[in-house]
Amino acid sequence: MNDTPWLLFVVIGLLTFTIRFTPIAIAGRGLPPLLLRALRYVPPAVLAAIFVPELLMPKGAVDISLANGRLLAGIIAIGIAWRTKNVLLTVIAGMVALWILTLISMAN
Amino acid sequence: MTPRAEFLAGVRAEMPILLGVFPFGLIYGFTAIQAGLPPLAAILMSSIIFAGSAQLITARLIGSGTPGLVIALTAAVVNLRHALYGASIAPYVKHLRPLWRVLIGYLLTDEAYAVAIAYYLKTDAETHPNRHWYTLGAGVTLWAGWQFSSTFGVLVGGSVPPALGLDFTLALTFIALTIPVLKDRPMLAAAVCAGAVAVLANDLPFKLGLMAAAFTGIAVGMGLETYAARGQRASESAK
Repeated sequence: MNDTPWLLFVVIGLLTFTIRFTPIAIAGRGLPPLLLRALRYVPPAVLAAIFVPELLMPKGAVDISLANGRLLAGIIAIGIAWRTKNVLLTVIAGMVALWILTLISMAN
Repeated sequence: MTPRAEFLAGVRAEMPILLGVFPFGLIYGFTAIQAGLPPLAAILMSSIIFAGSAQLITARLIGSGTPGLVIALTAAVVNLRHALYGASIAPYVKHLRPLWRVLIGYLLTDEAYAVAIAYYLKTDAETHPNRHWYTLGAGVTLWAGWQFSSTFGVLVGGSVPPALGLDFTLALTFIALTIPVLKDRPMLAAAVCAGAVAVLANDLPFKLGLMAAAFTGIAVGMGLETYAARGQRASESAK
């Protein structure tokens, strides 16, 4: 890498902004009801699509076993999130669970 | 609430999420340096593009000498989900001045959206006329946290031991944001199906698996909702 592709940065920056801003800009005309209904499902669908692979395939291949610490820690975190609805508590509990599980697997 | 109170409430709501964003910013910083980007360029990318996953992909592709056009298209695909966030927020910000809407558009990341939409859903415009200040507070907090953590990642390079597994906090954050919204069966089915498709389609290029998973989840959720509504109408007309 000799020089920085500043132009590429700016192009991607503008694309990113356009993607985010266009739906906001045209909102005055009102969005179709079907689209509005669909949007309710965006957060659970997109967020689950990001975190589920991180639990089930932390090393790139599906691993459903007790050796997969991230899966077990994730299940514990799901339980905590369901009971408490607290983001910070969920993150801390999940990390502590992962560290304990990692230590146990190292001891074996 | 006053604009100031709304802003500070937004800042407070975004704070716990920074815990999940911080390792992500570190990872971006490491990746950009390892890809051979100059430190200043790696740091400035965080405010020019301001989208974590797209920045990671961009840095990696620049490092491997991918043509600029392919990099730009890939980054756009990775960011497509943000259009859905924009559309989701739009009804709540359409009364605002253009400058406000531009600002909210620029700040609309996964983590800021999650906090903002949750607030829009649980408050109403009558009692909270200054809700956009809450969105701004959440967005600015996330922005500052992202700049700080990615700059830190660029500066300390690879000296944080990967064995700590701090990147897992991102998944944990998304768990904490997802589980509480799964209030009915269509929502739960949308999340479960999206997760399953994301795993099955993980090998697709350009993060297309993520898009496929998201759209499958949305379709399943809407399908089940329609089916449930029809069942309800049928049982009502039987009475």
